[in-house]
Amino acid sequence: MAEKGALPPVLTLHHVDKTFGSGRGVTPVRALNDFSLSVRQGDFLSLLGPSGCGKSTALRIVANLMRPTSGRIVWGDPAAPSASRHSKPSTGDLGVVFQEPTLMPWATVEDNVYLPFRLSGESNGEVRDRIHEMLDLVGLAGFEDAYPRELSGGMKMRVSIARAMVTKPKLILMDEPFAALDEITRFKLNNDLLAMQARIGCTVLFVTHSVFESVFLSNRIVVMAARPGRQIAEIAVDEPYPRGEAFRTTPEYAALCRQASDALHRAIDQRAAA
Amino acid sequence: MDMPGTAAPDVADDAIMDAEERAHARRQSIDRTARWLMPLLTIAFGIWIWDRIVVWNEIAPYILPGPLKVAETLMADAALLWADLRQTMSITLLALFVAVVGGVGLAVLFTQSRLIEQSLSPYAVILQVTPVIAIAPLIRIYVGSPTIQLLLCAWIVAFFPILSNTTLGLNSVDHNLRDLFKIYGASRWQRLRYLQLPAALPYFMGGLRIAGGLALIGAVVAEFVIGVGGAGNGLAARILESGYRLNIPRLYAALIVIAAAGVAIYVVTGWLSHMALRKWHESAVKREA
Repeated sequence: MAEKGALPPVLTLHHVDKTFGSGRGVTPVRALNDFSLSVRQGDFLSLLGPSGCGKSTALRIVANLMRPTSGRIVWGDPAAPSASRHSKPSTGDLGVVFQEPTLMPWATVEDNVYLPFRLSGESNGEVRDRIHEMLDLVGLAGFEDAYPRELSGGMKMRVSIARAMVTKPKLILMDEPFAALDEITRFKLNNDLLAMQARIGCTVLFVTHSVFESVFLSNRIVVMAARPGRQIAEIAVDEPYPRGEAFRTTPEYAALCRQASDALHRAIDQRAAA
Repeated sequence: MDMPGTAAPDVADDAIMDAEERAHARRQSIDRTARWLMPLLTIAFGIWIWDRIVVWNEIAPYILPGPLKVAETLMADAALLWADLRQTMSITLLALFVAVVGGVGLAVLFTQSRLIEQSLSPYAVILQVTPVIAIAPLIRIYVGSPTIQLLLCAWIVAFFPILSNTTLGLNSVDHNLRDLFKIYGASRWQRLRYLQLPAALPYFMGGLRIAGGLALIGAVVAEFVIGVGGAGNGLAARILESGYRLNIPRLYAALIVIAAAGVAIYVVTGWLSHMALRKWHESAVKREA
């Protein structure tokens, strides 16, 4: 974990605020309040919090789908020369997995995974091998020509993950990707996701409201409270990877779950008091 | 001794499955036959009633000809009616083609610029809500070529369903997919080509099915108002002419040809829609019962 700490940040958020509905006659909602975060290379960082805590807003701001009301976002190492730093992600920096699989129903599995390349102008021939390798990794070899409607919910999510990872982006954003799946599929995908991350070596910013999921997957958990959305705790999960199914039964796992759960309850209580 | 005990229920299960499957297969085959047999039977029954009414009431052929008489006329006037059909269909299909090009083109323009949509959509709506039969006499005055007159009338009615359906489709893109395209830095053209147009296809196909029927109606209405003496023949013009001459069997024959043309358009547009969507869209995907 010491080496991991030494790796440079991929993305840093400085005192980000986001307020919705500042128009007349509308009570403004502070979705994010003085939110700072540094995602280091190789991190699997989870944002854990109750609904309305601004975790999805944070993700949308990182993805440049939304502008912060105030605050600064820096892509790249703050210690590096300023030319290599940006306030916006460049194309290819990001992969995204939404809560729904978000596949194009009219395209085959292969064409769905090909999408990021197609949009950056790379021909199918050049990247065909990478796409097949990726589909193999997510366990969908042989489904290249299937259409999304022919797949189960878990398989669709695997296609979505393959699409996010296939370009080897600097950062992958995941917005409660497994929330709509059943528990068994969810556990299986949690295990497989860690295996995939180890193989690809990518950095992940993961949004969830599941304590167990966040402890199992992450090396860092940022716990958030709602109204205004803010960070109230950070928990380091210094358990070594690879983590298999056995990790779920260790006392360390139980202790970390308790710790994260307590923090989450504090977050919920604070909102109730406010 | 355990073996037969465990095997027996399996055998029984198989037997039940087979019986169920047989019943299922039987139901399916009845369903398949009924699908084409039932409409055929009801139509045959309708023709038989028509024939009986004419025979029993001794109705003169210049008031209501029997089905046999109409069939005879259909044969005798085949060459004439074929020429009429070609005239009417060429106007219908040309109008439909222009409606597709114009409707899709304008819909794309609408989604690219809110300003254009806001400025032009009132005209599209006015064009749609004004009955074509009320505008036709004016078109006859202002437009020189009779063919263009007919085409304009048919186009006016066929155009709107294509425009409104395609616009709806282009705007019905899943918002997460839209975000995804934005994150991957898609250009306006890429978003249109790879996201909006495919998403709009089912809506467009629905519009095409409506517009196909409407184009025929538009062409027929135009012939009624403009046709005779202008472009000459055409099925609706033939119906008018036959009416004036009290050649009612020919009128019926022309009517049957128009109905058949309408059915053909419906079937062909339906088939096109099925072929375009069969791989992925719920409307065209066969489900196992």
